[in-house]
Amino acid sequence: MSPNPAELTSVVGGVGTSPHRPDAILKVRGEFAYASDLWHEDMIWGATLRSPHPHARIVSIDLSDALLVPGVHAVLTHEDVPGRNIYGLERADQPVLAEDVVRYQGEPVALVAADHPETALRAMKRIKVGYEVLTPVVDMESALGDTPLHPGGNLVRHVPIRRGDPDARAAVVVTGRYEVGMQDQAFLGPESGLAVPAEDGGVDLYVATQWLHVDQAQVATALGLPPALVRLTLSGVGGAFGGREDLSMQVHACLLALRTGKPTKMVYNREESFYGHVHRHPAVLHYEHGADRDGKLVHVKARIYLDGGAYASSTPAVVANAATLGVGPYVVDNVSIDAWGVYTNNPPCGAMRGFGAVQAAFAYESQMDRLAEALGMDPVDLRIANAMSEGSAMPTGQVVDSAAPVARLLELVRDKPLPPTGTDLLDLPGGVANTTHGEGVVRGVGYAVGIKNIGFSEGYDDYSTARVRLQVVGGEPVALAHTAACEVGQGLVTIVQQIVRTELGVTRVTVLPMDTSIGSAGSTSASRQTYVTGGAVRAACAAVKARLAELAAGRHVDDLAALLGDEVVDETAEWRHRPTEPIDPVTGQGNAHVQYGFAAHRAVVDVDVELGLVKVVELDCAQDVGRALNPQAVLGQIQGGTAQGLGLAVMEEIRTTGGVVRNPSFTDYLIPTALDMPPMRIDVLELADPNAPYGLRGVGEPPTISSTPAVVAAIRAATGRALNRVPVRPEHITSTERPRGAPA
Amino acid sequence: MDFLRPATLAEALALKAERPGAVPIAGGTDVMVELNFDHRRPDALLDLTGIAELRDWSAVPGAVRLGAGVPYRRVIDELGGRLPALATASRSVGSPQIRNRGTVGGNLGAASPAGDAHPVLLATGAVVEAVSTRGTRMIPATDFYLGVKRNALAPDELIAAVHVPETGAPQQFAKVGTRNAMVIAVCSFAIALHPATGRVGAALGSAAPTPRRATAAEDFLADELGAGDQWESPTPLPDSTRRRFGELVAAAASPVDDVRGTAAYRRHALSVLARRTLDWAWQGYTGRGRPCA
Amino acid sequence: MRVNVTVNGVPRRADDVWEGESLLFVLRERLGLPGAKNACEQGECGSCTVYLDGVPVCACLVAAGQAEGREVRTVEGLADGGALDPVQEAFIEAGAVQCGFCTPGLVVAAHDLLARVPDPSDPEIREALAGNLCRCTGYEKILDAVRLAARRARS
Repeated sequence: MSPNPAELTSVVGGVGTSPHRPDAILKVRGEFAYASDLWHEDMIWGATLRSPHPHARIVSIDLSDALLVPGVHAVLTHEDVPGRNIYGLERADQPVLAEDVVRYQGEPVALVAADHPETALRAMKRIKVGYEVLTPVVDMESALGDTPLHPGGNLVRHVPIRRGDPDARAAVVVTGRYEVGMQDQAFLGPESGLAVPAEDGGVDLYVATQWLHVDQAQVATALGLPPALVRLTLSGVGGAFGGREDLSMQVHACLLALRTGKPTKMVYNREESFYGHVHRHPAVLHYEHGADRDGKLVHVKARIYLDGGAYASSTPAVVANAATLGVGPYVVDNVSIDAWGVYTNNPPCGAMRGFGAVQAAFAYESQMDRLAEALGMDPVDLRIANAMSEGSAMPTGQVVDSAAPVARLLELVRDKPLPPTGTDLLDLPGGVANTTHGEGVVRGVGYAVGIKNIGFSEGYDDYSTARVRLQVVGGEPVALAHTAACEVGQGLVTIVQQIVRTELGVTRVTVLPMDTSIGSAGSTSASRQTYVTGGAVRAACAAVKARLAELAAGRHVDDLAALLGDEVVDETAEWRHRPTEPIDPVTGQGNAHVQYGFAAHRAVVDVDVELGLVKVVELDCAQDVGRALNPQAVLGQIQGGTAQGLGLAVMEEIRTTGGVVRNPSFTDYLIPTALDMPPMRIDVLELADPNAPYGLRGVGEPPTISSTPAVVAAIRAATGRALNRVPVRPEHITSTERPRGAPA
Repeated sequence: MDFLRPATLAEALALKAERPGAVPIAGGTDVMVELNFDHRRPDALLDLTGIAELRDWSAVPGAVRLGAGVPYRRVIDELGGRLPALATASRSVGSPQIRNRGTVGGNLGAASPAGDAHPVLLATGAVVEAVSTRGTRMIPATDFYLGVKRNALAPDELIAAVHVPETGAPQQFAKVGTRNAMVIAVCSFAIALHPATGRVGAALGSAAPTPRRATAAEDFLADELGAGDQWESPTPLPDSTRRRFGELVAAAASPVDDVRGTAAYRRHALSVLARRTLDWAWQGYTGRGRPCA
Repeated sequence: MRVNVTVNGVPRRADDVWEGESLLFVLRERLGLPGAKNACEQGECGSCTVYLDGVPVCACLVAAGQAEGREVRTVEGLADGGALDPVQEAFIEAGAVQCGFCTPGLVVAAHDLLARVPDPSDPEIREALAGNLCRCTGYEKILDAVRLAARRARS
């Protein structure tokens, strides 16, 4: 059988269409089982006692009173961790339960299992932990010279980038110091899971995560069990955005289940969730941009500090992103960047949508506006004059070898008509809180463009595994697809169905639950799953087609069901994107990234300049997605990613004082509501990347990167303020004090 | 913990007298948060939602007697004409779901400095009807707020209603938050003109340990308006008056720096809100402006 | 304590309820109705929105005992057997569902809005849904869904 590709792409619900999500009916009915919805006969509840101190020595732990509470089944400390009491995503440096020292507020110290959550709370209050409080290290810029928090000191990673002439001089030079606050993923479904002890001495864990196999490996190591005895199944995931790439309750629930012999459920509440996962790295970025009088960039120099908090998590990769993407989507011949990721006693930071590129983009796009002002140029013209394109070289020396339509994206957002001025209270800054009827309201327009690497970089063996099974059921060919790729809400389950339909020409495709009974799919992060697991599914389909060709034995067969008969074709494929290379540790040169994604935004804001309140009126976006496998889902990613960028621009920040979190709640950690997120007009370009399956380009992260600087640029345009820090708070707009680092 | 479910106010008062530690709960928007996050474990909860007497409002001479159990939703829908500033404040409370359930009575019971209704109650001269088995006490809002989350209720008292003057004169409420919906006040302000008595009510929220009146600002403005015969023949207010009023409101605050805003910003924002709301109220009084939103 | 409550038209009883429990906990953990979600438990996200005597409320802020003898309708009670409510259908078609954790609360809030205001303006939709946080969609497709459901109901 040699199927005609034209026929296949016309299959209902195939690639390029927007079929309904297979999980949507359950989700709208309230019947989709999220991790926090799981229930098991005879189930007990786990709870976590956490350190109130950002930095302290543990002097003593007394469990005796807690054990006396009726209804308590177990109280555990680090002494009860049977395997290695240390784990980590890229570097094992974090204890499952703290031993002699705690390094951040909220670090897990002890566990309780009880018959009711309230019982567990009461028992936790009876655990007596003696702490000797230590001075916390909290300043990222001085952390390297401060008290070492780990045996190797406080440097997690330093990435230098050196390209061109380090002494290049430019006619026009602008400098700036920028700060990015600690953003939270704020996924709505709290960390949850259910661990069920198994008769073979192992454990079955049903959990909301982003990467089943990396969890499995870490849990098995901590439990001292072979990985085969630690079986993970993905339960419903209520959003992730990077915040579920590290372990939260995975080992804890398994420890309690194995100790008590009872199924153990753990569900964080919102406050605990803020302590229970890593956040986006706060950053301090010092930049110098030089250009000639025509606006052509001559050099960029930068020193970037990223606060990794108490444990490494994915800091090494975040640092590499901030450095390698540190000049943005521009051609610059002379680049000198240093990025440092450091340990402090602040909350641990790791993956969040945009992953190092977000922090750098706020700084370099702010610099581009400042440069435009110094040159007397239009900010979009300046960007276009320096925009990279296919064939341009990155500061790492890597040549961008597929579409990089940076100038066109900027033109698309620039050329849209501007929205009218609103008149209703709901249209004005402050909304129905009635702060203005138009007084003090000034409109501003701002632009930004960003760049993101897609997929895992620096030589990482980035692959996915997929199994596709084809058989006749009820006279009709039916396909099953199985991967371990975590559906976290983005719609990968739909994409998998679409690919199988397109490749095999079957309409009925069932996606099996994701679990560790199949090989790894890698992480649902780095905008990579459609690319990599999509590639694996397509490869498995190709293997199925090869088998079908054998069955056909040269005959032309129109009827797939007839060809299959009783045969079950079942093929598994591992698929890799083309390899990347490590970067040189001294010069930062190397072909580190597999693909780049680009998006541009125009923000239109109304600012009440007297009160410092902001209403984003419109936030338009243009993005190249290579090929939109599911156009509706692509728009959903762009809209959702943009909203998170808006949040960082004007409201979202975990505030800490001396390492102590001041706002671990949705009362004080604010994310945009339907009245904060404006309408969006979106242009989607489909400039195929010949190296990627179907020509696709990762979609999820680029819109988060450019929306933040675009909104801030618009606020600057309205207020004339320097605004070197995000999120911009009202007092930054109204303050008469000059912000740190602002130009004179 | 016990869960007490009185069916009548008399029954509730008897229970409260017997168990003064019982925590009244109506909309649950404060009490349940404390329970869910283990911040409070009272001996008993006293559920007021089953008490019919608390659920309605009525017009009484010169005022609306607002039952403690009337949710914000009904204040917005039914009392926008009579109590415009309270309706505006109610519309800014939390979310639609919160407004369906939360009550002005609960706002008073919690006595948070950030409660949205408080500045309006202070500026309009509302009076809290506190009841116990010992009888009824009428407590002016001005005397009601004693400290952070502390009010003038005796341990055996419940709030039956709040009497909010129906002035027929312009009044305004405005609140600064760092989001365009569902946000706790960084600071808030209410102004009520009382032409019949030649007085002005002005009060602020979320910028002091308690909601409080800005009495110097009230007196200043009343003097300005009285001296110029403005009540009889209103003319546009001079900039100096508007600005001075704002400064006096800001001076009445004792704000702190916290995660929601700085003290300096709160003072500044209050001066802006005071000036703007005065403008709107005065435009309303002179018949030129739009009525309260 | 014991709590008797009618849920989706069916009288239900929960025993051994701790007095500090919320209606949300009772629905999710005692009555097998996890549709209302537990995202913040402090009335700041709307994901636990249910009808209580016909009025949308945050189930996390209703004490279990306050539901005694009352009528609760959850997202599980909106569909008529296999037939989805038009709001549910519109959410699917418009692409308003991603992770879906906010969806049950938003479906109930949108259902209530359209019952009260059959032809809402965009600002009305935004204000009515401002108590329901969504972290995935940026709300655009949720607005599309509400518009679609309203349009269908009119035609």
